[in-house]
Amino acid sequence: MCDTCGCNITQGNRHLIEAGGKHEHTHDGKVAVEVLQNLLSENDHQAGHNRQHFDNHDVLAINLMSSPGSGKTSLLEATIDALKQEFRIAVIVGDLETENDAERIRSKGISAVQITTGTACHLDAHMVHSALHQLNLDDLDIIFVENVGNLVCPASFDLGQHLNVTLLSVTEGDDKPAKYPVIFRAADAVLISKSDLLPYLDDFKPERAEQAIRHLASEAPVLNLSARNSSTLDNWLTWLRKSFAIQAARRAAGETTKPSLQPEGIQLHARG
Amino acid sequence: MHELAVCQAMLEQVADIACREQASEVTRIIVRIGPLSGVVPELLEQAFTIARAGTIAQQAELITESTGIRVRCSQCGAETEAGINRMICGECGDYHTQLLSGDELLLASVELNRAEQAVK
Repeated sequence: MCDTCGCNITQGNRHLIEAGGKHEHTHDGKVAVEVLQNLLSENDHQAGHNRQHFDNHDVLAINLMSSPGSGKTSLLEATIDALKQEFRIAVIVGDLETENDAERIRSKGISAVQITTGTACHLDAHMVHSALHQLNLDDLDIIFVENVGNLVCPASFDLGQHLNVTLLSVTEGDDKPAKYPVIFRAADAVLISKSDLLPYLDDFKPERAEQAIRHLASEAPVLNLSARNSSTLDNWLTWLRKSFAIQAARRAAGETTKPSLQPEGIQLHARG
Repeated sequence: MHELAVCQAMLEQVADIACREQASEVTRIIVRIGPLSGVVPELLEQAFTIARAGTIAQQAELITESTGIRVRCSQCGAETEAGINRMICGECGDYHTQLLSGDELLLASVELNRAEQAVK
């Protein structure tokens, strides 16, 4: 928590601090202090610093989330093959154990930092910050953060990324967005991966998956692809190029962006 | 699964507030958690019984207040109740809606005993 620079003071809680705080005495003589602050404000604070760090170096940061085994690393390998000449890319990858994924990325000639979380089921902003110290952001255009494979916990932690991408592999079932709404709602793009297996799966319909995503009030593009077939990657690569250009324009205007659905907490809800 | 991490972050904030308020102990913590926050109130309460040990809130009770999911339709303007995986407009069925409540993860208030009260 930063109580030094005042960065934790928001529209929602400013009045508490300026007026000496809203205090009420309860009937038994205790003091009740109204706080109205996000429970993860320390993580959010670090995430804000990470985002500023990315922005200062004109780097686009993308957080990849999905179940384990849905093809995040394979997608990154295929993406690197396609865009290596066009963008300077690095990867930060989180797993409970092993350097396996980082080694796969490094074999493509790309910098990769492995975060082994031990037992933690998600990455947080502090872990990503430590990993950033091992990368020279001046030499980079895009950083992919491959989160721990998990459809629950990663959605709750802002890492400082600009965009969230959630993968849904066709073997998982087209009702996953309805079952795990928090993580799919947080996506700026949803990728239906392993689409080369669709002919073998009569129970996965991409249009049903898309409808489940729309029911979460999400306008995110839903793109079918297979990391094994480079001709299916065009829409994804176009989305990446467009996202990079949009972020560059924002940076030129002195602005940044956050994933579309980070909780706006206080500002949004104080009114209600 | 991640509720313990959330709980520890909450207790750090509570400790900062207690320090600022010169409290001798924290007696009650009230949090507001929406269904779309990704945090399960029951699991947070369980984590709290472990995480509070040895902190200024070790005797405190944790109250979790739940909020409902409400959306405002960008097309017809209606404000309606919504479900966790059905956030379309309850009036016209359009999916272009804005969330009004349901994703809160807020430390609402902290009840504490002041140091001078404890001295008496």
